Amino acid sequence: MFKKDIPSSNRSKVKSSVQRGLRQKLLETYPGFEPYIEEILPKKASLEAVKLPDRVTLYTIDSTPLFFQPFDGPPIPHLRLVHAFPSALPTIQIDRGAIRFVLSGAALMAPGLTSPGGRLPDAENALEAGQVVAIKAEGKEEVCLVGALKVGTEEMKSKGKGIVMDEGHYLGDGLWKMQLD
Amino acid sequence: MAEVDSGPVEPQARHIVYCGVCTLPPEYCEFGGTAKKCEEWLKEEEPELWNRLYSEDSLNANLSALSVSAQERAAKDAKKKEAKAAQNEARDAERKAASKVIIKRVERNKRKHVTVITGLEIFGLENKKLAKELGKKFATGSSMTRSAAGTEEITVQGDVSEDVKEWLGEVYGSKVPQANIELVEDKKKKSSTAAPAV
Repeated sequence: MFKKDIPSSNRSKVKSSVQRGLRQKLLETYPGFEPYIEEILPKKASLEAVKLPDRVTLYTIDSTPLFFQPFDGPPIPHLRLVHAFPSALPTIQIDRGAIRFVLSGAALMAPGLTSPGGRLPDAENALEAGQVVAIKAEGKEEVCLVGALKVGTEEMKSKGKGIVMDEGHYLGDGLWKMQLD
Repeated sequence: MAEVDSGPVEPQARHIVYCGVCTLPPEYCEFGGTAKKCEEWLKEEEPELWNRLYSEDSLNANLSALSVSAQERAAKDAKKKEAKAAQNEARDAERKAASKVIIKRVERNKRKHVTVITGLEIFGLENKKLAKELGKKFATGSSMTRSAAGTEEITVQGDVSEDVKEWLGEVYGSKVPQANIELVEDKKKKSSTAAPAV
């Protein structure tokens, strides 16, 4: 989604009523953020919206990026936020061989997850298509990719190939490198 | 801050060290293309973390997780990336050395001038922000404008060319070497035979 570098663009203050709505939406989508919401998005803080290409909006407080929202999709937390609160999102893991492809912006493929180095949740905790997940890497502690799944985890296990996530926000992409001050 | 009954809330965010060279978390530096520099940086800034990430054990653990052929491919890829990054950097440095910041004094009236500054963006400075800063510093009008050729320039009202040069050296001396700053004077065309600005 953000393969190219993003030029700094105009930012505008978000209306407080819109801000309340966003906060609600964020909590609805990610119950995992509930305990930390006061820290992430204090009621009094003034949220700012930055327009990104492809009708994506990034929300920031001061110069800390919080999350971005594609035109029609759910809000997706910025990787820095995911790093700060790693437990808030469901996490899956890719094997070591896949890291370099992910970090150069390739689509995430199923074999990277189903191989011995990868990890998917059990059948009872299966994730549906469309769910936003954080992706860790084998042997690493931090999350390297965040985005919405295109295929449910159970289907991945049974099929074992094909694209799992088309576009996500990965370490070192345009959004990550964006200057926000 | 107002005191709340429930007591102060402990900040729960984890604090993460990001690499100062490639901005990724240090464990991902090896994929960034500037692995060597990142390692040096980490060794200097965060020796503890460096010990953990670059010790023999962890390196071996990394290697054993991949098959031999995959390892080779990854190594080749990493090398290519590194070479590319190095090349980019060299080109960038060369460009910087060759380019100049031109501070031009343009005559507006007989005794009024504006100062036009071009070429700052090559040195990684943002024209728009800098224009504002300059305006504040010299208490004068200052804005980023686009010249006819489509390049960006900063126009500062008043003759502040000398001061701008000095100020640039003071504040952004690390980014813009003094030797690359050039002062130019541009008289009104009809009054002199100086080369016309095209």
